[in-house]
Amino acid sequence: MSFVTRGFSGRARERDPRLPPGQTLVQDWPVLSAGPTPRIDTAEWEFVIRDETGADHRWSWDELLALGVEDITADIHCVTHWSKLEMPWRGVSVDKLFENVESQYDYVMAHSYGGYTTNVPLEDLLDGRAWIAIEADGEPLDPEHGGPARLLVPHLYFWKSAKWVRGLVMMPDDDPGFWEQNGYHLRGDPWKEERYW
Amino acid sequence: MTHLDGNVLAGALADIFSVDLTPASARCTGCGAVAQLAEAMVYTNAPGIVARCATCDHVLATVVDAGDRLWLSLTGLSGIELRRA
Repeated sequence: MSFVTRGFSGRARERDPRLPPGQTLVQDWPVLSAGPTPRIDTAEWEFVIRDETGADHRWSWDELLALGVEDITADIHCVTHWSKLEMPWRGVSVDKLFENVESQYDYVMAHSYGGYTTNVPLEDLLDGRAWIAIEADGEPLDPEHGGPARLLVPHLYFWKSAKWVRGLVMMPDDDPGFWEQNGYHLRGDPWKEERYW
Repeated sequence: MTHLDGNVLAGALADIFSVDLTPASARCTGCGAVAQLAEAMVYTNAPGIVARCATCDHVLATVVDAGDRLWLSLTGLSGIELRRA
């Protein structure tokens, strides 16, 4: 007689090590939105970085693409407990945007068409860790998923990957964005389960 | 003049939150429109509940529910009018 049942011996029950604590794997891609979906034509789309002097660094859609579009494979983790693994994306590295931007400030407020904001430390956007994403799953980003362009910061909870992103404003302090003012964590590292204040 | 601590709010807040707030009307701090809270546009497929002004889309209120804790923001509303029964 065995004291070990099959139910406790199968490896299939082991948790996927790519899933942060408290997360569940999904195959679909849930749409979360705190407001109406903006419809932005790429002919009118513009991206702006504002530094501490008040100077604006601007890119049109074509100017953004001319910086170089990269293939990215990323796991994404939503604070509402779902994760999606090895998702194919295409986008422009935020490093490229900052090549000619000088700033002494350490923090950034991302602003979106529609008024959404989220705060991110600048170091979380640099060194190949963040992109302005324009495609996902081999298709241009749907407006429901933040198209034409969204911020992609996959190592932080996905509310930081602002949909319909339109610009970044440099900040001396880590002022809270929309969700961060209303209960969510200032940084949002899924591996530390930084969900709330 | 000296101030009192937050405990003196208890009576007033218990009064407010024991009533249903949705028939209350309030002014949107974005556009100034006065409407009942029940007329707001509420988005629930989000990390929290977001109520927006039906006139201008301004965020009126948010509720973030963390189970054992809850955050309520009413920063988009001023002059909330409650009617006594």
